[in-house]
Amino acid sequence: MQTTANQFKNPEPAPFKSGSFWGWLKINLFSSWFNTLITICLLYLLYAFSTSFINWAFINAVWFGDTAKACPNSNGACWAFVTDRWRLFVYGLYPKEDYWRVNIVYALAALTIISFLFSFGRLKKIFRISMVTILPIAGYILLVGGYFGLEYVAPENFGGLLLTLVIASISILGSIPLGLMLALGRTSNLAVISKVCTYFIEFWRGVPHIVIIVMFVALLPIFIPDGSKIDVVVRAFIAFAAFNSAYMAEVFRGGLQSIPNGQFEASRALGLSYWKMMGYIILPQAIRNSIPAMVNTCIGIFKETTIVMLIGFSDLLGIIQISLESSDWVGPPHIFSSAYTFAALVYFIFTFGISKYSERLENRSNVDS
Amino acid sequence: MEFDSIILFEKVNKWFGDFHVLRDIDLSVVKGEKIVICGPSGSGKSTLIRCINRLEEHQRGKIIVEGIELNDDLKNIDTIRSEVGMVFQSFNLFPHMSVLDNLVIGQHLVRRVPKKEAEEIAITYLNRVKIADQADKYPGQLSGGQQQRVAIARSLCMRPKIMLFDEVTSALDPEMVKEVLDVMVDLAQEGMTMLVVTHEMGFARTVADRVIFMDEGQIIEENSPDAFFDAPSSDRAKNFIGQVLHHL
Repeated sequence: MQTTANQFKNPEPAPFKSGSFWGWLKINLFSSWFNTLITICLLYLLYAFSTSFINWAFINAVWFGDTAKACPNSNGACWAFVTDRWRLFVYGLYPKEDYWRVNIVYALAALTIISFLFSFGRLKKIFRISMVTILPIAGYILLVGGYFGLEYVAPENFGGLLLTLVIASISILGSIPLGLMLALGRTSNLAVISKVCTYFIEFWRGVPHIVIIVMFVALLPIFIPDGSKIDVVVRAFIAFAAFNSAYMAEVFRGGLQSIPNGQFEASRALGLSYWKMMGYIILPQAIRNSIPAMVNTCIGIFKETTIVMLIGFSDLLGIIQISLESSDWVGPPHIFSSAYTFAALVYFIFTFGISKYSERLENRSNVDS
Repeated sequence: MEFDSIILFEKVNKWFGDFHVLRDIDLSVVKGEKIVICGPSGSGKSTLIRCINRLEEHQRGKIIVEGIELNDDLKNIDTIRSEVGMVFQSFNLFPHMSVLDNLVIGQHLVRRVPKKEAEEIAITYLNRVKIADQADKYPGQLSGGQQQRVAIARSLCMRPKIMLFDEVTSALDPEMVKEVLDVMVDLAQEGMTMLVVTHEMGFARTVADRVIFMDEGQIIEENSPDAFFDAPSSDRAKNFIGQVLHHL
């Protein structure tokens, strides 16, 4: 049997344009009578839910007022609570006359975010590096004070969104390098280092975070002489960095294991030392592969900052709760639900931002390889 | 003879757990010699050449490379590694770097060649493997044959005195084998000391000074390529050649 094509077949266009809107609708939503039925049911549910939500959140909502009496109706949200107390939510118990210090830090943080979101050509690297150096130093000087004639503000007085953001960023930025070192330690060939890192990770992972936080804050002064001289907030930061670095370490270990053995062998065959191999060849790839899990952990850290409420700090959620109990706003339960909806929205905006940014990072590394 | 040899194995033994992979290996390679190592899979041929740059550590016996004995006391194994180039079956290019950076990184970090100069050297070697037009691409954008030529160039950039090739054509599509072998033949003609694990008979016949046949961790036969392929003396070698040729 022998067949020979006597003429080449020219390429034909695909049967439908995948880019067209109607084509997309047909394929994804109305491909069969069953799919059509599901689509219609879901559209109805979406309509019913969104109309009642819009009624509650916008049309029947009360936007302004200074006591619980402003919101008598339970069929609408009570945003008056939020608009009345927003300063407290944003600045916590920070002294009113020093709000400008917090504002500058917020502005610097925004600038840092902008430096990572947009490209500024040649200046990109310098801009990013300088922002990342300036932000923590300026942030510390401005927020805590005690230098350059700025009045000292005890970290205990931070609160609200400010405290949430400070704790979250310190724990995230602290746990990444610590986690990286732990992951390298755990995968090390040196048995002692590997064992120490493994048990360190297992310990912090295995104990509930609430226990760790209470231990650090309440028990540390008992175990360590002069332990009480370490600021309570600093102790909380150390606790957060410690257990979150254990999670980060496992994230990075996963990333390290995803790198084929051949990469290690090729690096060693070229004569690269361990640190050069890790720094230039292995970690850049391992960290890229770890991005999804890393972001997952970051989002977890961000939300988990709320446990500082247990040791008497008022982060965003804490300060909302305190405000709800203040005599002006004790009232019907729908004030509660509005307040928590607001809290949910704020947390969501930040975590959604983190996850969108990571999506961009992932896409960019796909282009490279 | 001994003091001429650039690589010397004396009664080298190695175990993977309880498995005795290398058994009393004696081998001496003279500068500029081209040696093809063949044998059935699992016979220890890859392990043998991986001992030369200490990607594998031997447990008994003596290995001397360029007058330096390889053992645990060795402080700067990295120096020896940079003198011994190695090309792998699976290319092992660094996927997060451009082709050019793949060639620059070793020179820059190990040899401390300034970046500019390292790039010029890289381009020279990319030209030699006829792939300089792909310098700015990433490894993932190249075909297997192109990637393997880049891998060879990456090793050559380090100006090695010895080149090790570990089944470098086994993972390639048939039509790409030739472009890689051509580069290796060129290299051989320039007088590089080469140890090549391969089943490419044609390459062995045209290039090799000696063919070494291994089985079960031992060197069974050592001969000139023509003598080895036309009239193998051991039954195992006869068997092996029969199977390999049967495929072609």
